[in-house]
Amino acid sequence: MNAADTLAERRQQAAKAGHWKRLPLIQDTRLRWGIAIGSVVYLVLALSTVQVNWARVAEGAGRAVNFLGAFMQPDFVSRQNDIINGLQESLTMTLTSTVIGVLLAIPVGLGAARNISPLPIYFVCRSIIAVSRTFQEIIIAILFVVMFGFGPLAGMITLAFATIGFMAKLLAEDIEDLDWRQVEAVRATGASWLQTINQAVQPQVMPRLIGLSVYRLDINFRESAVIGIVGAGGIGATLNTSISRYEYDTSAAILLIIIAIVLLCEYSSSHVRRWTQ
Amino acid sequence: MLTLSGVGKRYPTGDRALTDIELTLPKGQVMALIGPSGAGKSTLIRCVNRLVEPTQGSIRLEDTELTKLSGHKLRHARRSMGMIFQEYALVDRLTVMENVLSGQLGYVGFWRSFLRRYPQEAVVEAFRLLERVGLPHAIDKRADALSGGQRQRVGIARALLQSPKLLLVDEPTASLDPKTSRQIMRLIRELCAERDLAAIINIHDVALARQFADRIVGLRAGEIVFDGQPSELTGEILTTIYGEEDWDTTPEPMDEEEAVVKAVRPVQPHDVLPALVAGGAR
Amino acid sequence: MPVSFTTQGSPVWRRRTTRAQWLQYVGWLAGVSLFLLCWKVISDNTMWVFVEDAGRQGADLISRMTPPKWSYASVLWKPMWDTLNIATLGTLIGIMMAFPVAFLAARNTTPHPVVRSVALVIIVASRSINSLIWAMLLVTILGPGVLAGIIAIALRSIGFVGKLLYEAIEEIHPTPVEAISATGASRMQVMNYGVLPQVMPAFAGISVYRWDINIRESTVLGLVGAGGIGLQLNASINSLAWDQVSVIFLMIFVTVLVSEWISARVRHAII
Repeated sequence: MNAADTLAERRQQAAKAGHWKRLPLIQDTRLRWGIAIGSVVYLVLALSTVQVNWARVAEGAGRAVNFLGAFMQPDFVSRQNDIINGLQESLTMTLTSTVIGVLLAIPVGLGAARNISPLPIYFVCRSIIAVSRTFQEIIIAILFVVMFGFGPLAGMITLAFATIGFMAKLLAEDIEDLDWRQVEAVRATGASWLQTINQAVQPQVMPRLIGLSVYRLDINFRESAVIGIVGAGGIGATLNTSISRYEYDTSAAILLIIIAIVLLCEYSSSHVRRWTQ
Repeated sequence: MLTLSGVGKRYPTGDRALTDIELTLPKGQVMALIGPSGAGKSTLIRCVNRLVEPTQGSIRLEDTELTKLSGHKLRHARRSMGMIFQEYALVDRLTVMENVLSGQLGYVGFWRSFLRRYPQEAVVEAFRLLERVGLPHAIDKRADALSGGQRQRVGIARALLQSPKLLLVDEPTASLDPKTSRQIMRLIRELCAERDLAAIINIHDVALARQFADRIVGLRAGEIVFDGQPSELTGEILTTIYGEEDWDTTPEPMDEEEAVVKAVRPVQPHDVLPALVAGGAR
Repeated sequence: MPVSFTTQGSPVWRRRTTRAQWLQYVGWLAGVSLFLLCWKVISDNTMWVFVEDAGRQGADLISRMTPPKWSYASVLWKPMWDTLNIATLGTLIGIMMAFPVAFLAARNTTPHPVVRSVALVIIVASRSINSLIWAMLLVTILGPGVLAGIIAIALRSIGFVGKLLYEAIEEIHPTPVEAISATGASRMQVMNYGVLPQVMPAFAGISVYRWDINIRESTVLGLVGAGGIGLQLNASINSLAWDQVSVIFLMIFVTVLVSEWISARVRHAII
């Protein structure tokens, strides 16, 4: 306390004489330097692991130019059938997986809310969420492709599983901090557990649930463009093929389509959110 | 020193905020601008330092025509007009000293201000101003750690560090309690006298305006409807400015009892006691 | 809450009017039909023979994955270090690029509406395309390796950080900005004194949040050759060494949990 006082006084005296410097973000000098030096050491170590094969980069530079050029004149036509099939698969996968995922996320989310579910169920639901959120969709897709074979079914199950983790976590958080007085008011009328959920919990979380589902629809579409790489169907397979064949004009076309659809999703989801609130 | 002639402002929506304002402010005069909400008081002072663009007329500060300025010249002109805001408009996450020193931004280059390397004289002056407004001990406090009155003092110090010729003051007391309001008004008044500054003060509180201003200008629907000494401000004039209201605050006979009870009678112990008993010892 | 009367004259309360009720039925019908239609497309493209086999395949997979080949972990430290570097360096580069883009994209700080739309296009393009797709492209251009991964992560982060940051900039209090402009400060000084202090906590929070997401994403970039632990994962899967795959999974799981914990702690400390 005493030291701080004198520091403040010293700074006032200095300011009076016209010397003033900004207070450092971290007060402790040693900690400040430690963090600075640590960051520099890490950066040097990390950058030293980045090995660049300049010959290879030079070779690829031409392709980069081709790729950028391809965006100027994307080719929607020559692989038209592949693109349409891929898109159809992607869109159907997106829709079905979101519906199934959200429906399954509701019980998991209820189970993962500490304030309304018993401890064992809580732990089971929380571990489902943790597993589903930790692994990238593509890793899960690999496993499901092994189990269910190539094709959009594996992709659909993957996306549904990822949706469960995403939605259930947010739903559980919502339920955990909902307005408890309303729940008690409904309970006081003698309502059963299900009636309580229906009358007191549902109205409070529903608007956000709808908003999040639309948001997840958008994410699922973007992910469906990727899991095709490991054989789970969708536009990703088409994109993968076109990139590995260096058919950049087709890749550019596919990327533009993806961007357009994502924009469309975003635009409509902001409308849906405004409408639900 | 400051001359407004034929100043008008029409917003893109078509609303006329100001019509044909003619106003001359001599050096060292403290002028209060009163009028109902939406009369264009804020728009008027923001037109002077061009935070709002006037759509017609001319505004001259000494020999400079302000309405035609842009870029570097506009910034130069703004330095000589300090502005004080209703909600203090301090940057909450910066310290008091940084907030005061930001009054120097018109004088120092970007890198100096970015690195907070202000000239020694500027720091000396900033500290002197903080002493003058009574906050030398708070230099390293964050602005959001201060009370309303203290924040307004920092805002005043910031405006004065610009070494302005003119103060533009927008509702300085609207967010403060009556006592602090008076202190702040007195401080502004004293500082204007010390530095021979002219000031335009927007204010809601007619009593404060009467007490602290040399001159009062009444604005109604974007037009000047009164311009004179505080002593000339009568009930009829207030009616032309604000609309019909009983300015002498004599309650109607029928409501007298109730109104007096509400306004005058202090809280009696026996009013509080039942509430205490009912609410437990909260 | 419409109240109508029955023939006997007693009031009946219903939640919706008749019209709203019908609209809702039609909506549900359309939704369910769309879902069934989509389901049909998927089921037509599925070999159900494989699916019937799924249970057995799954059990087989689990039995091959256990017990994990713990000794394999020693090979994984270097790729894991690469993965962390991809995520961290990629995040750093990404936020450095996102920072100016966000200022150009925010309505209240952009110099010109045309610049704003360009910045918004950059943000949307970056957000729409998954880092794996960026990585695929970059691997064909730069060749396989960590560099492609870092740039892929950076490119993907621009959109995410840029979007959240420009929204934060649009939500700042305008009065301090006005006050700083009124002192005669230049445009850059107004940004530095009026805008920056207000968005700094949001910026730090968003960056740490994105770093946590990037750790997760960088674990799979190796699948397309962009370095990190994904390379080992790909190799193990291709050689059907499932007992190695399970070690990699556990390692990813732990790393992601730890990074998520760190990020949550840091964000909590900032806000």
